[in-house]
This record gives sequence, structure tokens and C-alpha cells, in this order.
Amino acid sequence: MKGIVRVGGPILLALLAGGVLLVALGRDPFSFYADILSRGLLDPSGVQDTLVRMAPLLLMASGLIIAFRANIWNIGGDGQFLLAAAAVAGLGPWLIGVLPNVLAFLILGLIGATVGAAWTLVPAYLKANFGVNEIVTSLMFTFVGVNLGNLLIKGPFRSTKTLVPHTDVIPFRELLPKIPGTRIHVGLLLALLAILIVHYTMTRTSFGLRLRILGSSPRAAAHIGLHTARLTMISFALSGAFMGLAAAVEILGVWGYMRADWNPGFGLPLFALVFLARLDAVGVIPLVGFYGVISMGGHYAARRADLPDDFMLVIVGMILLFMALAEYFASRGDERPSLAGGLRAALRRGSGRG
Amino acid sequence: MTPDATRTVTRSLTPAVGSALEVRGITKAFPGVVANDAVSIAFHRGEVHCVLGENGAGKSTLLHILAGMQRPDSGSILVGGERVSLDSPHAAIALGIGAVYQHPWSIPALTVLENMMLGEGKGLRLDPKSAAEALARFGSMLGVEFDPGAEIGRLALGRRQQMEIAKALWSGSTVLMLDEPTAMLTPQGAEELARVLVRLARRGLAIVFVTHKLHEALEVGDRITVLRRGRVTGAWGPDEIAAAGRETMRRRIVEAMFGGGVAPEVQIGRSAHPGLRGRRADAHDRPALELDRLCVEPRRGEVGVRDVTLTVWPGEIVGVAGVDGNGQRELAEAVAGQRSVSSGEIRVGGICVTGDDVSGRMRRGLRYVTDDRIGEGTVPSLSVALNLILKRIGEKPYWRHGRADEKLIEENARELVERFDIRTPGVGARCGTLSGGNLQKVVLARELSSGPAVVVYSKPTHGLDARTTMTVRDRITALAEEGAASLLISSDLDEILDLSHRIAVIFGGRLTGIVDNVPGAEREVGDLMVGGSAR
Repeated sequence: MKGIVRVGGPILLALLAGGVLLVALGRDPFSFYADILSRGLLDPSGVQDTLVRMAPLLLMASGLIIAFRANIWNIGGDGQFLLAAAAVAGLGPWLIGVLPNVLAFLILGLIGATVGAAWTLVPAYLKANFGVNEIVTSLMFTFVGVNLGNLLIKGPFRSTKTLVPHTDVIPFRELLPKIPGTRIHVGLLLALLAILIVHYTMTRTSFGLRLRILGSSPRAAAHIGLHTARLTMISFALSGAFMGLAAAVEILGVWGYMRADWNPGFGLPLFALVFLARLDAVGVIPLVGFYGVISMGGHYAARRADLPDDFMLVIVGMILLFMALAEYFASRGDERPSLAGGLRAALRRGSGRG
Repeated sequence: MTPDATRTVTRSLTPAVGSALEVRGITKAFPGVVANDAVSIAFHRGEVHCVLGENGAGKSTLLHILAGMQRPDSGSILVGGERVSLDSPHAAIALGIGAVYQHPWSIPALTVLENMMLGEGKGLRLDPKSAAEALARFGSMLGVEFDPGAEIGRLALGRRQQMEIAKALWSGSTVLMLDEPTAMLTPQGAEELARVLVRLARRGLAIVFVTHKLHEALEVGDRITVLRRGRVTGAWGPDEIAAAGRETMRRRIVEAMFGGGVAPEVQIGRSAHPGLRGRRADAHDRPALELDRLCVEPRRGEVGVRDVTLTVWPGEIVGVAGVDGNGQRELAEAVAGQRSVSSGEIRVGGICVTGDDVSGRMRRGLRYVTDDRIGEGTVPSLSVALNLILKRIGEKPYWRHGRADEKLIEENARELVERFDIRTPGVGARCGTLSGGNLQKVVLARELSSGPAVVVYSKPTHGLDARTTMTVRDRITALAEEGAASLLISSDLDEILDLSHRIAVIFGGRLTGIVDNVPGAEREVGDLMVGGSAR
């Protein structure tokens, strides 16, 4: 019950505040939210779009949970995602052309995961060995990663067939197979599997327990003989690998190509969802579903109401704000992971080791 | 209105002999534990009021409530006879309730004066002049002279605490609460503090002195209240204390602290000198732990370890005596494998372990009972059951192919909870909800239950109440009798004299001498502790 209030309260308040904003902008909030609901959830075609959107989000949520559980603030998810997307979109058309599809998908998934993981190595190394705050380094690496991705698309990966810079296009029928009778690609199943595996790993295995100890008490981790530097590198890399895998799934399942300056900005809204779920992997599934509904339905509703697409980001921002307020008032002295508490602790961490 | 009526009204508002601060029926429960159960106490101006109790008796909770850091579930708080609500530390300070905690809050890199000014002043401007005045004024009130320009990190802890008291007085405290104020002090520092507190009480302040040390309460307490398991189990005013006499009071307090049953020996008696008793020697014995010219590089503010050579035999307890900060922590961590050595060798059972990590040394039978039970010894957010097996994560039979066998882990925990008498609401409870004494039992149970050959103890009874102290010391002795070699690092000389066969003294990171624990050894050890040389 308390959990429902804790999760539902901020969402409800954000929707209310969004409603006030809509009224102020001269729009009808009821029809706006009705549009979101009908398009994102109730319309058979719309709900498929929602489920398709959930695939990369769930994979990225898995990556965030692994990092946050170890108290590693991987802020650079978008950079890892976009660089991996550029690699997959750049190499995809060629690989799919020369290899059997299944093999090509496997290799491309691996490429995405590897690129995503590789983009965490420097922040992870600096944190593990010199205690450099990863919030700063992984954010800086996002800027580099986004621009490096664009550079690749405008340079070596650029399609010769168009004026707008983008990669070659994988033909629609060569994309990831769909679940029969739907437009939902198998990437969603992979994402659900991934999140269940993360859940199991975190709750049942010795590796998950080690990560949790590293996250909640680095000094205890050193005392009991965990190799904290190695664990930091591993969990950071795993987190990046999931970001890269999400990119591979999105490119191979939905787009088939990547154009320059494309940035869906999946990463930051997920922070809110992952902490609303208290870093519980299974708990994050319905929240990602909810976010899928408002982001797909919101796209449609915003257009109908003649509002910019980014209006939904305002609502997500308000969810974050109300969540932080609710955390502050409801859970003083509560030691479970919260966004506000975790961020405070992470920022307070000096540059010292541990 | 007649003059008489006026007087009556005035008196009821500010009673001449009434309380400065009073709690009535305060109850505060945490998951699984009732920390304060209908506690009623009145604190009076002009008195040092000692609140005594074992660890986990509810003293800290009460103090946190009075400092506005926690809210009681029920009950009321009265300041000067009027009901108040203390919903923030600011509210408490505004009502004249100041607190000084066991660990200093002052910032080491700042000077005394700068620390005085922290958080003071309206707006952005600092006011060094009035802070300096306050420092001088309250310094003379405390009977202490402060050097305003001294960096506070360089001062003794006692002086640092006095600065924090001065600061509390400056913010207008009429009630001054101190939480275990002597825990970090030298004996001289503690005596000085006692003098300061009595002085302040005579000037009309109400002093609340929270402690678990009986003799402190007997020495400075004008009024004594005993808490046990969250309840007030004894309360005596100045007249009763004077009438009863010291011995009677001691007996009454012990009864209140430990219950009506068999009261444990509060003064832990000195047994026959263990050095005379000797250990059971065996001609085929091989040294259990050897340190050979061990050196550890100091980090900032440390002395490191220099050229330490020491042998501990099976069944032997070697005490390492010394004033805190002379390399004890560095030595313990180097032996445990938590810190790398710069030169020298460590051998366990004749095998060199210098290159092994913590788990490698664990497998050789080395155990380390850390003195930092909250910071590194346990993980507060994990269950008691997991904490009891923290150093064996991933090992059979508790984990198979990386997967936890929760049933087995819980079974192990239940057995240890029983064997080591750990008071916890359940093995699934978060370790963070346990009191200090029970945390120490968790650490001991974990380290001592799995076939230890060599145990390094770091201040094993620091901050524990008398009863837990006794059980811990009994366990150390019993384990040695079973054949484990023990390195007992402690700043409590009595503890070392009680338990050790031999005593090594550490000073400035070096062993300045190793003496057999025979009658008269304490004098020699005392000389060595302050840097003298062995004869």
C-alpha cells in the first residue's frame, strides 16, 4: 500500500500539474490525457508501438540497475547508446548482406554491447583506481560519444545514396523477426529476458551480493576482501553493454538505419523510473510500460493539441521533481535506495578513494 | 487580582525548583525494537544528570529526540514547564537545548575561531569579533583558554570537545546534553571534562550526561537515571544519592542496569597474571603467526608500521599495548591483508602470506575482528544472516554455482545467533537496526565460528557495556585455550593485562618492547607506551 502511494503519488501529482499547465496553455487536459491513453494503451496498433518502445528502455533499465546497485552513477547511458547505435547502423547493412541473418544479428548485438561497454572503460578505470567521480567523467564521455557517433555517420558510415547524412538502410524485411501476427519484434522478448536475469543475479547470486555490498559500503567491501577495483570495472562495463545492446535492438528492430544527430534521449527519464522501482528489476517493468504509454501516446496527443513533442518531457521532469519531494517527506531514515538520497551521497563523495 | 494570586501564577509558569527540561511518557519504536518505552525524566537546572544504561538501552534515542533529530511516537516534552514540539534540531537549539556528540563535528582543517563561526551570523558576513569574544567568555566559564588561531585538527580531542561545548553555550543553551563524552578522551581529558561540567552546572545549567560507565555517573552525577531496554529502571535524586553512600548506590545501579537476577561483576576482576599461568606448550609447536621486519607506508596522518618483528604461538595471546594512533590500525590491516606492506614478511603457520589477499589469508585460518564494526565490519543494509557469512560469499556449501542457498544461510545464522546470544528481531532483520554490542557479537560470531587459527583483535570491547565486555573477553580466552593464536590490539591496558600471556608495546609504529605478563609488568608497559625503553 505504502509502495503504491510512493510510486503513484508523484505520477498523479505530475499529471495534475501537467493538467494545470495544459489549461494555462489553453488546451483541454482531459482530452489530452484521453488521447494519450487511447493511443498508447487502448488502440491495438498504438499498444504495439508502446511495447516496441519498451524493448530498448528495459535493456537500458537493466544496465542502470546493475550500475546503481554498485553505487556507480552511470550518467553516460545516452552516449554509450548512441555510439553503439552508430556502430550497429554503420556495419549492419553490410553484415546482413554477407552473413545469414541470425548470425549477423548475433554479431551486431555483440558489437553494440562491446562498444557500449568500451565507452565505460575510461570513467570506470578512473573511478576504480583514482576515485574520480564517475558522474562527471561519464557525462563528459557522453558528449564525446554523441559527437563521435555523428562523425562516423557523416564520415565512413555515410550512405552514398542520399543528401541527408545517414547510414545505409537495412531493408524492412531484413530487420529483427516479428512476433507472429504483430509488429512487435523479438527484441522485446530479449529485453524481458534480460531484466529477469538481472533480477535473479541481483537477488540470488554471489555476484549480485558482491555488487550490493560494494554499493552500500565500500569499506566493508575492502574489509571482506572484495576486489573493489575489478568489481567497479565489471559492473560499469556490464551497464554499458546493456546500453549498447539496447541500441542494437532499437536499430535492428525499428529503424534499420541511423541518421546524424538522432538522439531519442532514452537515458535520463529512465533514472526516475529505476529509482521509483527502488532498483528492483522486476518492479521496473510496469513503470517502463507506463512510460512507454505516455511517450508513445504523448507523441500523438501533443500533435493533436498542437504542442511540441517535448511537452511529455515536462511531465517526466515533474514526475522526477515530485518523486524527490515525496522521497524527502516519506522516507526519512529509510535506508532503501532512493534517487535523492543516492545522488546526494554520490555527489558528497569526495575525490578520495572509496 | 491579589498579589498572592499573581505569585502563584508566576510560580506555576516558571517554578523555582521545577525542571528545565522534562519528558513524559516518551515512546519510540523502531522495527523490531522499542527503543524508548514510556520514558519520563525531568532534568533540573544546576545539576549534572547522568543517564546510564548498557548499549542498546535507549540512551541515544532519547538524546536524539531531545536534540530534535527524531520524533517520538508518543509522549510529551516540556521546556520550562511548557509543552513544546522539537521537530528539528533548530527548534531544539532555539529552546536552549544544546548537544555535544561522541564524535566531534568540528572541521579539522579550520581554526578554533572559524569553527566557532560555522553556521553563525545573519546573512553572508562572518563576525569574527563576536565569535572571539564568545570564545573568551565561554572559555573562562569552562575554565579553559582557547587559542582562536589554532587549527582544530591539531588539538587534543578533549579540547576540541570543549570548543564544541563553548559553541553550544554561545547559541544560548540552558540544557547541555553530552552523548558518551568521555569515549574518545584520555583519562586526564575525562577528568577535566568532569570538572568543566560540574562548573557549568553550578552556574545554573542543566547538564545531561549520557554514559554507560558506572563510575563516571557515581563521580559526577547529582542525579542518576538508569535506562534498561528502553525503560527507566532506576532514578535517584541528590538526597537519595547522598544518603545511600557510594557502595549502596553502586549496587542499586548495577541492579537497575542488569536486572534483578544475577548481577554480573561490574568491576571485571583481575585474574591471576596470564603470563604466570603460561600457555600449554608443546615441543612440536610451530609459530602460528610470524611478523618479520614488517613495514607499512603511512598514509596522511598516520605513523605507519616500522620494522615490526613478532611471533605468536598457538594458544598464546599476545597483547599489543599503546596509545591510540601509534600504528595499531596499520598493523592490524596489514596482517589482515587489507593494506599492502612495503617490506617484510607475514607468515601464518609457517607459510608466507604476504602476497595473499584477504580471502587467501582467510583460507589459511587468519581472522580479523575489526574495531570499526559499523563502518567496515558489517553492512547495515543487509540482513543479519548475510552479515554473518559476509566473508564467505560464493563459497560452498552456502553458494553453489554462484547461487545462494538461502535455507542454509539462514540455518547458519540461527545457530550463530543462539550460540553468540545476538539480540535481533530475527535473522532477516537489517543489521543496521542492531545496537553496538550486538553488532560486535555479529562480527565475533562471523570471525570466530569457522575454525580460526590466528585471530587479530582490534579493540574488541571498545564501547561495549560491562556484560558484553565480559562475554567477549571470555570468548577470547576460551578460543586461545582451544589453541588459536591471538594478537590482541587494544588501547585498554587493563584488558591487555587481563588476557595476554605476553605484551608487546607499540610506539610510533615500532615495537618498543615485548614483556612477559608477570606481576609488575604494567609499570614496564606503561613506560614503554610513552616511548621509554625496555630494560
